[in-house]
Order: sequence, then structure tokens, then C-alpha cells
Amino acid sequence: MRHFHDKTLAELSALLQAGDVSSSELTESYLARIKQYDATLNTFITVVEDQAMQQASEADKALKAGGAGVLTGVPIAHKDIFCTQGIRTSCGSKMLDNFISPYDATVVKKFKKAGAITLGKTNMDEFAMGSSNETSYYGPVRNPWNTDTVPGGSSGGSAAAVASRLTPAATGTDTGGSIRQPAALCGITGLKPTYGLVSRYGMIAFASSLDQAGPMAQSAEDCALMLNTMAGFDEKDSTSLEKTIPDYTAGLKNSIEGLRIGLPREYFDEGLNDGVRGVIQAALDTYHDMGAELVDITLPNSGLSVPVYYVVAPAECSANLSRFDGVRYGYRCEDPRDLFDLYTRSRGEGFGAEVKRRIMVGTYALSAGYYDAYYLKAQQLRHLISDDFKAAFNSVDVIMGPASPGPAFKLGEKAEDPISMYLSDIYTIAVNLAGLPGISVPAGFTDNKPVGLQIIGNYFEESRLLNVAHTYQQHTDWHRQIPDGYK
Amino acid sequence: MSLDTDDIKSIAQLARLKIDEADVPGYATNLSNILDLVEQMNSVDTEGVIPMSHPLDVVQRLREDEVTETNQRDAFQKVAPATQDGLYLVPRVIE
Repeated sequence: MRHFHDKTLAELSALLQAGDVSSSELTESYLARIKQYDATLNTFITVVEDQAMQQASEADKALKAGGAGVLTGVPIAHKDIFCTQGIRTSCGSKMLDNFISPYDATVVKKFKKAGAITLGKTNMDEFAMGSSNETSYYGPVRNPWNTDTVPGGSSGGSAAAVASRLTPAATGTDTGGSIRQPAALCGITGLKPTYGLVSRYGMIAFASSLDQAGPMAQSAEDCALMLNTMAGFDEKDSTSLEKTIPDYTAGLKNSIEGLRIGLPREYFDEGLNDGVRGVIQAALDTYHDMGAELVDITLPNSGLSVPVYYVVAPAECSANLSRFDGVRYGYRCEDPRDLFDLYTRSRGEGFGAEVKRRIMVGTYALSAGYYDAYYLKAQQLRHLISDDFKAAFNSVDVIMGPASPGPAFKLGEKAEDPISMYLSDIYTIAVNLAGLPGISVPAGFTDNKPVGLQIIGNYFEESRLLNVAHTYQQHTDWHRQIPDGYK
Repeated sequence: MSLDTDDIKSIAQLARLKIDEADVPGYATNLSNILDLVEQMNSVDTEGVIPMSHPLDVVQRLREDEVTETNQRDAFQKVAPATQDGLYLVPRVIE
């Protein structure tokens, strides 16, 4: 069997278009890799072998007939938060272990229409609540760079599957860092777009004012190809933005000469791991050598991001997750005595500990007499955090810093201490609160573990972020590194 | 802010979550720690700051009030725990 896993999505697309490989052969080779490696890594919750091969044979017909799109025949994986018609959509929870979605999420539908092949559904923290993938009902994912460590979360399955090349690319979602932090910890490229750019329809809701879907792939170029398919207005999502979508690949090769890069002093404080600091500094030096200008800036309210997030996100999740009632779909407890017993036991048994913690925090924050002190206060601070970015973007083009304060940590290390887990998203959360786009790019290693450089852009500046990331990737090969044992 | 075990029981009741008696003290500690973290918000005076409801100050989009979806009751009820004659079954509510 020929191997293709060292190829990027863009390179695979070119091979398919040239007829050098069929989608069937390609899909089969990735399914074989999943079989070979995933018993250890646990990156997939569900693999849909038969359906993938069926899709591949249709893609091959389209490729032969001519006029096929760039993603036709390319295998990808979807985070198990996206509804997929006829395929189990668990969201990493016992609550939805038996849920076969009756419809497709808009993102899934768009990839289907583009001719991409779905290999399966990737593992994730339960309802996307977590930063290590350890809250999944289906067990933790292991980081292919060091299987004693976590891949990050909540899109940990997608990140680890791309890092070990069990899929060329995958979808993810980011509410407080859930694309960028696992991308950083697994050494891949992950983009969180501007809030409202990608439809949330059929993406199981966690915190609706923060949730955003995005691509997780090997390179910025691959992310651009995926975003071309993912982005766009959807009338089925009430916060979807009516915005003309550019071709995100068009500006990849633009010059970054004279680019003004803002370095927030708050992102380089004493909380940052020294090894990560060294890698980020080297990446910034590379940008300087490529003609960019480094400018010191400040985001004075960014230190309040984590406290604000742990009001807004739990409050919204407590409302969103009230739909899981044991009546219409999902888990129902055995022999309920009455309706109250049905609700409380179905939810108590169906949700894991972290989800229950957040529902309770949110319920408390929204309960009578506390709304002003918590939710209202948090939304006010959110305005200040967002104004900090607005002021910064008056003087710089992009902002750079680490995506995560440390590299991948050991499985179990933070599982019993929610607060220390929450603080691992300290550099990513403000971007969600402000609704801005951000990307994590592989920038090197510390202690043999990958480090991600985070690049934050102004609203709708995805093209610029991808251009800035792509230029770096033309000068470095961190994004082409594959962990030992998966080469 | 410190929550005791009675607080946890009443929050769990509001949230319709059955919590095992043995787990209540653990939740009390965790939730108290989270609320301590959240207390940091009070270090900044937000008097007069407008709460942010949407990052891009977008207004809620409206559409014509007309039927746009077809009835898919059978497909949707296929994933329900218990149905009968097109209705969802729950324990008896009225004696």
C-alpha cells in the first residue's frame, strides 16, 4: 500500500486533480492508519469506514468527469460536536452516546458538497468543556508527541489525529481556546475565525456568544483551503454575519515587509514557561528578520479574561444544556418515578463532573439576585477587554504571543484541580470574549514538546493571519514535523 | 464567596441535576474556588460601562413569519427514548 500521510491537504488535492492517486486509495490508506494507531491514541470516537469508501468512490467519479473542486476526494474528520446525519454525534458525552443525528450541521453539509470524505468523528472534552480532552466519556486522547501527555482540548481528538497524520485535516470548535490550545500542544496549525464567520447551525451549543468553528490542519495554506469551504452566511444561524467571503488562498504569498506586530506585555509575564518563552522569542526574531517590526503594547484588562469567561461561558451553558431533559433525545435514566426524577436523574447520570460543575456555576450566576453581580458585570468587563484590542489595533497589524502558557502536561496532572486547568487557556480566552480571529502556528519545541505561536488579528482579518502564518511556514519547517512512531 | 453543602443541593435542584450525597462536599469546594476566581472581576470599576451583547454590535436579524421547515416528526422521534402515536412519553404528571 502506498503512503500519503506526509502530504498536506493542498498536496493531496494536487495529486487527486492530477490523477496520481484516487480518492479510494487515499481514503483506504488513512483508514488503515487509524486502525494501526488509534487504539493507543483514541483520537476517534466513531470511524465510518463503509460510508467513507462509498463517498470516495463517488469522488473518483467526479474527478474523472472533470471540474471537481479542490477538496473533492480529500479525507477529513469532524469533531464530534458537529451533527452528522445518520452518524452518532456524541459531543463526548454519555448524554448523547445513543444520538444518531437526523440532520447535518451546515459545516458538515458544506464539506460534503465540496466533495470531501468524512473518515469519522473525533474525540473531545465532554460538550467542549475542558482543556485536556480528559473529560470525554470515551476516555482521554493521548498526545502523539509524548503519549504520557494530554493533547489539549477541547478539540484534542482533532489535533492529535492531524498531528499523527491519521487524517490530513479536521474541523474543530473554539469557545475559549479549544482550537488554538490543542493545536499548540500537538504542533499543528489551527484557526479560530471571527465570531459569526462560520455557521453554528448543527454545532452542539456550549456558550453561544463565544462558540466558533474553524479548521485544524498541517499548514496555514490548508487552513485557507478549508476556511474557503467553511465560511459564509447561513440564515439558520441567527448570529451568522452577512459578509462577502474572500478567497483565503489569494493573499497567502503577500509580502509581510513592514508588518507591525504587537507584543502584549501581559502575554509574557511570569506565568509563562521559560521553554515556551524561548521558542516564541525565536519565532519573533524570525519575523523581525523577514522585515516585520516588533512593537510593545499593553492589554490592561486581559488579566480578567479567565474570571469573566468563567461567568459568561457557564451562564450560557446552563441555558443551552437545559435542552437535555431525557424526553426528546439522548440518555434517559431507568424507571423514573415522576417527571422531576426523570429530569434530575437523566441529567445527573448523563453528564460528567466538569459539565455538572459548569451548569451549577451558571445556574448560580443567573439565579435571582445574582445576575447583576455576575453576568452583567462580566459583560461590562467584556466590553473593556474588547476595547483594549481595538486600541491596540490602531497601532499594530497583528498581535503575537504564546497560545498556551506551557507545553503539553501529563495526563491526570490537572484533572483534579479545575482552576489550574482553566488557567491553561489564559492567553486564548480574551480573543473569544472580543470575538476576534486567532491562529496557532507550530513554532518549535521545548522538552521535545511542540510550542504554538498565537497570532491575533482584527475582525475579518483571517486573510492577513493566514498570510502572516504562511510566510513563516515558508521560512521554517516546524509544521512539517511528524512525531516519531507516526512517520 | 463560599458555598456550603446546602447551597449546592439547592443549586443542583434549580439546575435539575441529581448529585450523589457523597459528591456534594467536593462540588462545594470546587464551586467556591471558581467563585473566588470570579471575584477578581470586582477589582475593576465598571460603573457606566455598556454590557457587551455582541462583539460586532450586530442587531438580531429578523425574518418573515412564514413556514420554512417541513414536518419531520418521524425522523426526530426516532431518536427519542419513548414515544407513542407521535407523542413523547413521560411518567404520569396528573393523577
